Amino acid sequence: MSDQQLEKMIGNLLRAGVLLSAAVVLAGGVWLLLDCGRERADYSRFQPPAASLRSPARVAAGLAHPNPPDLIQFGLLLLIAIPVTRVILCLIAFSFERDPMYAVMTLIVLAVLAYSLAIPHG
Amino acid sequence: MNAATFSAVVYGISALAGFLGALTGLGGGVVVTPVLTTLLGVDLHYAIGASLVSVIATSSGAAAAYVREGFSNIRAGMFLEIATTLGAVAGAHLTTVLPGSTLAIIFGAVLLYSAWHSIRARKEGPATKSDPLAVRLRVEGSYPGPEGPIQYRVDRVKGGFSLMFVAGLLSGLLGIGSGAMKVIAMDQVMRFPFKVSTTTSNFMIGVTAAASAGIYLSRGYIDPGVAMPVMLGVLTGSLLGARQLVVSRTRLLRLVFGGVVGVLALEMIYRGFRGGM
Repeated sequence: MSDQQLEKMIGNLLRAGVLLSAAVVLAGGVWLLLDCGRERADYSRFQPPAASLRSPARVAAGLAHPNPPDLIQFGLLLLIAIPVTRVILCLIAFSFERDPMYAVMTLIVLAVLAYSLAIPHG
Repeated sequence: MNAATFSAVVYGISALAGFLGALTGLGGGVVVTPVLTTLLGVDLHYAIGASLVSVIATSSGAAAAYVREGFSNIRAGMFLEIATTLGAVAGAHLTTVLPGSTLAIIFGAVLLYSAWHSIRARKEGPATKSDPLAVRLRVEGSYPGPEGPIQYRVDRVKGGFSLMFVAGLLSGLLGIGSGAMKVIAMDQVMRFPFKVSTTTSNFMIGVTAAASAGIYLSRGYIDPGVAMPVMLGVLTGSLLGARQLVVSRTRLLRLVFGGVVGVLALEMIYRGFRGGM
């Protein structure tokens, strides 16, 4: 596969990812508003949402019995996964090109992302 | 206001912000937060959470177009992302330490600066000699020109790297892409060609935002009720805006939008000092 083909593939992958996540968020949003669109929306005071909506693992687990907020959160997580996937693709590319310096740099970035996304922050 | 009306209003505002943000190059997320907080009374933490998510959407959406043009410098982006992601994590942690009023004042100041940066005319000045560190890191490159690839050199790597940490810090602290500061670090400090700076910084914005997104999620800043209409709105607006980009990127539009953003920024600073956030 040529570099140009690879870049085109990455471009299409990015677009498909964004559209997929937007579709999931939209589905969750429509469901949410059908369910409780008449309820009062008050976001003037900060109150963290339920713990089930605050970690990737719990959001994924919640999909077994989905509810609208869970579905929206899952769509947003798909979106967050796009740049992470891009970094992983770069790691694969640098490894194939036998470029250890950049493979290590990419691993550092991945470690920072993993710290943020995989560890609960109180 | 009930949830349906709230979602419709927020969707509309976010779409407009995304549209104008794409046209002016200022980005949509940076405008959504002051509008949500000052006009709709949404708590700053929900606003920055929703805005951060929309930043990932616009950056990934736009990246799809840029990637194919072959302007971005993946190696430079990855190297600088070490700085931006570490900065983003530090910034996201700082949001719990700093009071909302302080965040609002910092936000206003950054917003004012971005507005000024978008209005100001740019000057081109590619580097003529390379920083030895840039050679060792192999971040020099080329981009497609009308008559074949154009080679470029890269200057002041350490300065650019340090400024990228600050850009990441602000991104994590305020839920913005801090595209303006990333472009300055690449374009003014490291003296990458402008097209390479904008496209590479766009590639970095999404990764930087993802680095604070996990912390925002844990802390509960990403609320489905607010993030859903903001993300969908900003995405719709920026996709429409990107189509208009070539035809209507006029100076007048930049001036008007820059002015509006400036007023929003002053309002945020005022509220921050009054302690009303």
